[in-house]
Parts: sequence; C-alpha cells; structure tokens
Amino acid sequence: MRRWATYSSLAVFVALLAAGLSLDEFRTAVANAITICLSCIGIG
Amino acid sequence: MFHLARRRWVQIVSTIALNPIVPYFFAGKIVQAQSKGVCVPVLNCYSCPAAVGACPIGTLQHSFAALRFRISTGVIQPGLYALGSLGIVGSLIGRFPCGWFCPFGLLQELLHKIPGPKLGIPKILNYLKYAILALTVFILPAVILDAVGYGETWFCKWICPAGTLEAGLPLVAANADIRSQIGLLFIWKVALLAAFVLWMIVSMRPFCRTVCPLGAFLGLFNKVSLLRLTVDSDRCLGCGSCSRVCPVDLDVPKQPNSPECIRCLKCVKACEVGCLDYQFPLHARREETVAPADRDR
Repeated sequence: MRRWATYSSLAVFVALLAAGLSLDEFRTAVANAITICLSCIGIG
Repeated sequence: MFHLARRRWVQIVSTIALNPIVPYFFAGKIVQAQSKGVCVPVLNCYSCPAAVGACPIGTLQHSFAALRFRISTGVIQPGLYALGSLGIVGSLIGRFPCGWFCPFGLLQELLHKIPGPKLGIPKILNYLKYAILALTVFILPAVILDAVGYGETWFCKWICPAGTLEAGLPLVAANADIRSQIGLLFIWKVALLAAFVLWMIVSMRPFCRTVCPLGAFLGLFNKVSLLRLTVDSDRCLGCGSCSRVCPVDLDVPKQPNSPECIRCLKCVKACEVGCLDYQFPLHARREETVAPADRDR
C-alpha cells in the first residue's frame, strides 16, 4: 500500500513537472532568478 | 549507502556547490546563468550573489504572485514546474535535503554549538510552519494584489532570514545603489535575522522546526517517500540513545517517519544494536553491532 502511494506520488509530480515545463515555466523561473529580488533582500 | 559520519562534510560541500561563484559577493551583483532555473530543494536564496540554483519557495511565490496577472494576459503558469520539482524530491527522499544539503540548516547546527543554556521548543510551534506555507507561499501572493494585478512574495519579503543573510546583507554591503534604498523593511528583516540567530544558539534548528515552508512541504512526504526509517521493535532495547541525539526532539522508535524528521540519520548512527535503519533502493541492511546474548538485557 505504501509503495503504491510512493509511486503514485512520484508519477503525479513528474506529470506536474512535465506540465510546468510545457507551459514554459522554466524560462520564467530563470528570468525571476537572474534578477535581484528586491523584496527578498528586504528593500521592498 | 549514506556515509553517516560524513554528514557535516556533505553539508559544507553542498553549501559551496550551491554558491560557488564567490567573487560575486564582492561585485554586488548576482550570477545570471541558465542553471538558476533549476529548483534546488533547500533554502538557498537565488538573490544570493554566488547562487547557481533557484529557491523553490521563491519560485513558487513568484508564480502565485503573478498568477492572476498572467491569466489576464492569456498566459497560464501556475507554478507546476516548482511544485513538480519539490514533489519529486519529496517522493524520493522526503526531508533528507534538510538534514544533509541545506546551507541554512548547517548554519543553525553550527550556531547551536556555541556553549550556553539550551532550550527546547514547544511542540505546538511545529504546526506554525504549515500555516506559513499555506498563507505566505500560496494564498496571500495569489489573493492580495496591487493595482497592476501582481501579488507579493510574502514569505521572502516579510520573513525569510535566509534571504537576508545570503542575499540582503552581501548585496547591501557591496552595492551602493541597493544600499541607498534601505528602509524600514530592511531594518525589520535584519532584526528578525538577529532574533533567529539568537534562537539558533539556544535551540536546535528552530527555523526548520517552526517556520520553514520548504521543510513543511517536504515533511508531508516523509511517510510515503522511498527513503524511510525502519525500527526493529524486537531488537530495540528502549535505551533512548536515538531520541537523545535527535535534533528535532522526536521519540524516534515511536515516530520514525514523522513529518518533523529531517533525515539527518543521527539516530541510525547512535543505535548500538542496529534496530534502527533506513530503507532505500540499493541500500543493504545494517549488520548487528552487538552479540545476540546482549540483546536479551
């Protein structure tokens, strides 16, 4: 039962990752990460 | 499989590997590489000048903060990439990254080594991190919007001491433009960081246990992940040596796969009879370390 839950969970999140990549979210993640996040560093 | 005695070295190497471009600390700018799209399953701010990966919590918040604006422009990007990345790591190894790879976890463990009075943490505070995860990462960024339709990264902006330490302080120190913009928010965040540092000296891993939304998310997988702790109750002597070394104060034999467990595996190392072990594909079970006769004590 637990093993079933493990592999189901894995399959669901692999599918989410693939869906995210197909929606071009990787490029958006890069764009966010290469810009200094002023709110993250406490500037505003 | 995991060399338990080398955990500290793994933490140090991980910290360096996640932040290898050290000269950027002095340049007042951040690395701009494609690798920064990769979500690393630890709290390592992507505005840290030397960072080469993305903080998944920051990525998630940005996705939710921009969700409604993007939908209004016909772009659907609901953060599935970051959620999927985190869920895969959680499904495979649960909170293992907290115990072995997280730079902020390493800092907390080192600060706790400073001699002085030590305090426990009330268990009720363990639940706070779930509220912080739900509210500041998912709900508030998507619900409270500015005039343009963007939300805020609530956790990063108002709470995250890792961002202040790894990104805020170095950038303020090295970049005059950023330094000129310091205001009350920065003072608040530095004060919060200072409070956490003091708490880290007197309590073990207080941030991980009470606040960290990443730990809260990964901990949800501890019961189902491929990596899990096992207890052989027939061999357990009830000596308590495992629980005494547990950094998050778990009663290990009773709750080996608690969401609070950061998978540091100190308990496995501490168990003298080998009744504690971890399961993971390709990992061979530990051999007994005491003679069978001693087990009857």
